[in-house]
Amino acid sequence: MKTDQLVQLLARDTTLRQSPGRSLLAALLPAGFVTATGFALLVGVRPDLPAALRSPWFDLKVLLNAALWLAATGLLLRLARPGASLRGWWPALCAVPIVLVLAIGVELLRVPPDQWWTLAQGSNSTWCLRVIPALAGAPLLAALLALRNSAPAHPARTGAMAGLMSAGLAATLYALHCPDDSPLFVGLWYVLAAAIVTAAGALLGARWLRW
Amino acid sequence: MEPSERETQWALWMRAAAGGDELAYRSLLASLAQFLRRAVRQRFTRIGCGNVDVEDVVQETLLAIHLKRHTWRSTDPVTPWVVAISRNKTIDVLRRRGRRAELPLDEVPEPESADATDEAAGHDLALMLGTLDERQRRIVQLVSIEGHSSRSAAESLGISEGALRVALHRSLKALAARWREGGA
Repeated sequence: MKTDQLVQLLARDTTLRQSPGRSLLAALLPAGFVTATGFALLVGVRPDLPAALRSPWFDLKVLLNAALWLAATGLLLRLARPGASLRGWWPALCAVPIVLVLAIGVELLRVPPDQWWTLAQGSNSTWCLRVIPALAGAPLLAALLALRNSAPAHPARTGAMAGLMSAGLAATLYALHCPDDSPLFVGLWYVLAAAIVTAAGALLGARWLRW
Repeated sequence: MEPSERETQWALWMRAAAGGDELAYRSLLASLAQFLRRAVRQRFTRIGCGNVDVEDVVQETLLAIHLKRHTWRSTDPVTPWVVAISRNKTIDVLRRRGRRAELPLDEVPEPESADATDEAAGHDLALMLGTLDERQRRIVQLVSIEGHSSRSAAESLGISEGALRVALHRSLKALAARWREGGA
């Protein structure tokens, strides 16, 4: 076929699809609702929440996860469009691990070494490793399906970012339940849980997001 | 055309096309085809793989640009968007050719004659048309090769114009999928 014939063919097709941002939003709203309902019904906030809100380590834990969620969402929206600039969002995402490492440093100086492992182990680490990926499932699947309508230049990387975004959302909610606030706990178990979801996103993205 | 002039013109055409201006869209696609032809040829010369059919890559990229045109935001420059799509499609093609190069020698297609690429005709599309179902193939032929408008194509098939539009869009998506899965 000649290229001018193809041009003629393409010009006749006037179907215009939704922008990646809109389809992502349309997918994430119901998925976020599923996750929030699942959290409220099956997990729930911790009983001492009002008191916990006055603890700096609790506030930092929630804020870091919320920041991860926001920054990953911003990057995801850009990764969905070919050639879009990632400037501005990368520093925001990188700030999250930097602040976490600083907090870990402060905690290590603050508490005696014989308590480090007790704090890092916390009271329910395996629950954390199960609940965060479980809550992240719905937003991750919804985001990946919505992104099939977009054109990510790097499918695996974009899938990983969808995983990080979902882990951020799930962990922000889970942080309201989790009784362990020490950065030593967050740096170990939350990071591990986020890594699991991110890896799943990368694997699925590499398969589903090619176009 | 100067790069900045070209960018301004493309952005104008893209916006008009999003508003349903078929003529502007056609001008845009024709201009993109020229740009892509040069870009792909340069890229292939640089990496020393001259015998890949440039026009097939141009056509696959045009189809991808068309099907993904909703990923361009009217406030963004068009050129980086086009270049990113083109880069992705070129990599896809090279990956596929790499796989083909491992085939036994007697399965490698005959080298094309030197003037084939200058005719601005591709080979993959015609082959892939054959893998579409009868109705989709007929629609594509009516609109592209025989140059029918949507209305006259719909009339000659005895379907509504709306049904034709839906079927046409599906055919284009099917062609893109065939290409992605490894060409004809």
